[in-house]
Amino acid sequence: MEVKIGRAGSLESCDVLITVFPQAAGGLDIRIASIVEQQFGEQIRVVIENTLAETSVHDAVIEVRDRGAFDYAIKARLLTALGRAGLVKGARNE
Amino acid sequence: MKRILPSYIEHLGEVTPFTYAWDMTPPTHLAPRYCSFSKPGNNKLLPNLREAIRQSDLRDGGTVSFHHHLRNGDYVMNMVMQEIAALGLKDIRVAASSIFPIHAPLVDLIRSGVITAIDTNYMVGPVAEAVAHGLLHKPAVMRSHGGRPRAIETGVLKIDVAFIAAPTADVGGNINGVHGPSACGSLGYAVADSQYAKTVIAITDNLIPFPIAPISIPGTNVDYVVVVSKLGDPKGIISGTTRITKDPLGLMLAETATKIVQGAGLLKEGLSLQTGAGGASLAVAAFMRQEMIKRKIQGSFALGGVTGYFVQMLKEGLFQRILDIQCFDLDAVESLRDNPNHIEGCASFYANPLNKGAAVNYLDVMILGATEIDTNFNVNVTTGSDGMIMGGSGGHNDTAAGSKLSIVVTTATRGRLPIVVDEVTTITTPGETVDVLVTELGVAVNPRRKELEPALRNLGIKVRDINDISAEVYRRTGKPKPFSPGKRIVAVVEYRNGQIIDVIREQGR
Repeated sequence: MEVKIGRAGSLESCDVLITVFPQAAGGLDIRIASIVEQQFGEQIRVVIENTLAETSVHDAVIEVRDRGAFDYAIKARLLTALGRAGLVKGARNE
Repeated sequence: MKRILPSYIEHLGEVTPFTYAWDMTPPTHLAPRYCSFSKPGNNKLLPNLREAIRQSDLRDGGTVSFHHHLRNGDYVMNMVMQEIAALGLKDIRVAASSIFPIHAPLVDLIRSGVITAIDTNYMVGPVAEAVAHGLLHKPAVMRSHGGRPRAIETGVLKIDVAFIAAPTADVGGNINGVHGPSACGSLGYAVADSQYAKTVIAITDNLIPFPIAPISIPGTNVDYVVVVSKLGDPKGIISGTTRITKDPLGLMLAETATKIVQGAGLLKEGLSLQTGAGGASLAVAAFMRQEMIKRKIQGSFALGGVTGYFVQMLKEGLFQRILDIQCFDLDAVESLRDNPNHIEGCASFYANPLNKGAAVNYLDVMILGATEIDTNFNVNVTTGSDGMIMGGSGGHNDTAAGSKLSIVVTTATRGRLPIVVDEVTTITTPGETVDVLVTELGVAVNPRRKELEPALRNLGIKVRDINDISAEVYRRTGKPKPFSPGKRIVAVVEYRNGQIIDVIREQGR
């Protein structure tokens, strides 16, 4: 798998823009900015962490810019971004 | 309602917690009005604002009032408050019928202690944020458009100096809002101020020979007149024509709301209607218009903040009258100026629960918005679910209480935020005055209005328990972390009858 920056989503209302920067080591660094951070910031982090655990991604910077997306959209965007970064197989390329 | 409300609030003293909508203990008399007179040859025209404020004898701790018809184009409140600050006055209460983002310069005056109290019906923007963050020394009092004239006329809200933005005035202090470069139309919210303030100062950018026509606020109420170069920015005073929503969801909700009016038996000759000015509310007016044309119905009156859409319906003969407290666009201003069936009303006539019959009492149908609505039908239009102040009742709880049928029209979620919730963050309008909720997940009828349900079902409307709608909303959005406010009360929400229906606590920074 070729490793590069992966990005999926948009900044449209109800969507999320997720950018994945793979790194060789150093663990996970999840950065979340959301218009509903106060109400759903923790829930968004849980979805991101669970999805990363499911896909066995352990070393990456994940930048999440959320515009009020539902959990399933966040998960789908993250999976696609991980695929485009070459961290999981089977995801569609840009 | 389960929330526990205080009966004593620091700086406000004893308050009465909300009981029910029509719980009223009227005083036997209204407040006394100040008496002053003017002899022949007296000159009301003063050279500038500073001189007018000096003449008014405003002192530290005084109350000044403003009306909001210039909306987000208003230069007057900023200009007056800068002069008050320059005169070294402090501890001033600002009683403004609404406060907008353009009033951002007031935040510095709050910081410096020139302004220590705010009394308003609606606020949005930097001043509202400053209040939510606890910058204001005393809790802000948030009233309704009907509650404000009640408070003024009964002497609860005492005004030392009323500053009235006057798009047209003469040397006698007669005022109207329909002529001049800053024409805004109706001046309905300034009337009680002009009657009960100790001193009334008209500020104009269009002084024309005595007497003007029409006269909307008479010079017999006005002490001084000051000419300034510009009252405001016409682009902010009068919005462009609000277009009806093209969003299919919004249109579907509007169509359902119109069916509910039909189901309630109100879609008939003599119908009276008020909607908000937003695109989704206007869509209801558009569907009502189609039905009224189809059924050859003429309505009696449209009420409220008036848009071009209602002006068109008046011209088409679909309403006999428009009763106008505030104009939202140029069409409304021109219609108020030119059409004798488009009449100007003051805020007391509009919505005051403590006079001999406000217009809202004659209203059949009210279409309301909501930032949140809970399973007891309580509505919040005052704060976001993060506790930030971003609105206020305006006429919301007045029209809900007065109308025969109040319908809240909203999507069940907005972005990820649930709108139909267990418990609203802040109560603006009590559920006992809200009859029906329309969402894309179904229609809920307040159990108090159970009799409406069969007719709605007969029209093919999906009627659901509001608890089921709310549960479905939470399944989609997840449960938001509730706002955890600070201890300090930064604002109180006063119901139109004068009781405190909720308090707003400090938002952390």
